[in-house]
Amino acid sequence: MAVVETKDLTKVFTPGERGAVNDVNLLTREGEFMVFLGPSGSGKTTLLRMIAGLEDPTAGEILIGGQVVTHLPPRDRGIAMVFQSYALYPHLSVYKNITFPLRAQGVPKEEHRGKVEWAAGLLGIGELLKRKPRELSGGERQRVALARAIVREPTVFLLDEPLSNLDAKLRASAREELTQFHERVGTTTIYVTHDQIEAMAMGDRIVVLHEGFVRQVGSPREVYDDPADTFVATFLGSPPMNLVDHGDVLVGFRPEHLLPRPLVEGPAVEIGVRVTGIEYLGSERIVYALIDRDRFAEQKVVAKLPATYEVGVADGEAVEFAVAERNLRFFDKTSEKRADSRALVWG
Amino acid sequence: MGVKRGAGRLGAAMFAPALLYIVALVGVPLVLAFLYSVGDVKVGSVGYRFVGLDNFISVLQSPTFRGALLHSFLFTVGAQLIVIICANILALALVDRFRGRGLVRFFILLPWVAPISLGAIGWKWILDSIYSVINWALVQLHLVKQFEAPMWLGEPTLAMLSVIMVHAWRMLPFSTVILLAGLTAIPKDIPEAAAVDGAGFWRTHFQITIPMMTPIINVAVLFGVIFTFTDMTVVYILTRGGPYNTTQVLPSLAFFTGILGGDLAEGAAISVFLVPILVVIAWLMLRLAHRAEVV
Repeated sequence: MAVVETKDLTKVFTPGERGAVNDVNLLTREGEFMVFLGPSGSGKTTLLRMIAGLEDPTAGEILIGGQVVTHLPPRDRGIAMVFQSYALYPHLSVYKNITFPLRAQGVPKEEHRGKVEWAAGLLGIGELLKRKPRELSGGERQRVALARAIVREPTVFLLDEPLSNLDAKLRASAREELTQFHERVGTTTIYVTHDQIEAMAMGDRIVVLHEGFVRQVGSPREVYDDPADTFVATFLGSPPMNLVDHGDVLVGFRPEHLLPRPLVEGPAVEIGVRVTGIEYLGSERIVYALIDRDRFAEQKVVAKLPATYEVGVADGEAVEFAVAERNLRFFDKTSEKRADSRALVWG
Repeated sequence: MGVKRGAGRLGAAMFAPALLYIVALVGVPLVLAFLYSVGDVKVGSVGYRFVGLDNFISVLQSPTFRGALLHSFLFTVGAQLIVIICANILALALVDRFRGRGLVRFFILLPWVAPISLGAIGWKWILDSIYSVINWALVQLHLVKQFEAPMWLGEPTLAMLSVIMVHAWRMLPFSTVILLAGLTAIPKDIPEAAAVDGAGFWRTHFQITIPMMTPIINVAVLFGVIFTFTDMTVVYILTRGGPYNTTQVLPSLAFFTGILGGDLAEGAAISVFLVPILVVIAWLMLRLAHRAEVV
């Protein structure tokens, strides 16, 4: 097992243009499950590919297990990678797919069967060893790809959106399985995704990337509750954090914290709104509204009401909402970075 | 209904020229060749007498024919071997992006685009016994003495080698383009996965890339074999089958016997002799291609 470290890692594809990855400094912990999260084009896959050795960095260093591997080919890095497409070798049986890394690394043939059985057992694909990849379902292919990755016991696991080709139902169970799998093997894992639910559910820590820059590194709770800037605040959460213009700051609060006045306890800021639309989603209601007061008037906010709150809220109605003060987050208006909390004089 | 019938008639009318063309230029000669090969037709003779397999028996007893049969195989297998190996290398070199790739691709395609007779005439000069630039270069480099330079088209082994090389030169672009298509069709992830799995260039190439390309390599070989087996241009222009029939192949022999020699029946027998061989090759290749289908 090993930790992965990047130092000022940069990748510029077209000279003169903004880099795909810019000055990224990261350090994983031993056995950690780290998630790179960002929208498409945020550089998360490029970053992963540089760690894998599939992409040459323009500048900076990569260390795996304390060793500089920046210019080593992938096979000398002790890593294993699962691709978004799984990249199974279509002409080889599942057994041969799994033994390919063993053969490539010169593991004696007598040991193959035992190792394959161990990996296949771990992933429950013992029955599939004679099949060809085309005879497998999406979920089975994903497990074969995982088995192929673990069979040679890598020091680091790299996973590039491995669940995005699965249907929604399967994705939820695969997420659960992946987490359990990681707990069992305990290998340092880097997982790339654009899906915040995957990131929140699986990550020990999340690295939020945007336009090639790291915006925040933290536990799921930290990035969700204490976003470092407005990008993180609005990228995570569905619907995203409300940002209300207030003088030199932006005031942020999560939709689930914008509640009808009677539900909010303790010191709170009251916000009168006019409802403009309601979405009924079963377990919750999403209320779209405009602030209905003084200089904040006409700013849009979204509230998420739990299904347990049964009081009717009607379209067009004026409602008194409130946010507990502890749930307010402040951002500097120009830098969009997090600003200190302050007492809010509302209205 | 009326519209449909009209459209059908229009369709038939549009289709007719192509059909006519194929029937007149491929169908009729093919039938004639079969008929001639079991008859006693000579240039200028009238009438037709069925002689059964006499022509084939006579042809098989001729040492020239047996030589030509052997040369045909040598020519085809040799040229295709060179083509497939070189096309593989070229396709690998051309699949990655680099500055000037378009230009290089264009140059490599030239031998295929230029008329083969022109190319072959060029090679005839390059390999000429007196004016050969290859020999000139060899002499200048002091690798051979001036009057001991190889007679590229004049010595049996060298002549066969020359014919094979020139034909390979001509077929190479075609196979390269086909293999390039096959190579481009392999998802980029697959060789990357192999690299992460620890495979080097050779292992990736021979255990992943080539097996995945097998169906398309088969197509290239199938077409190459058929184009080579049935072609006489290079042999005809460079050596006319010489020296002493040592580069004679079946198509050129059929031409010399049937057209220039006037023995239509025997010429037809020689060319018809190719048909079962080609059918077997085609069948084998299609079976292989089918079996290797992976995705």
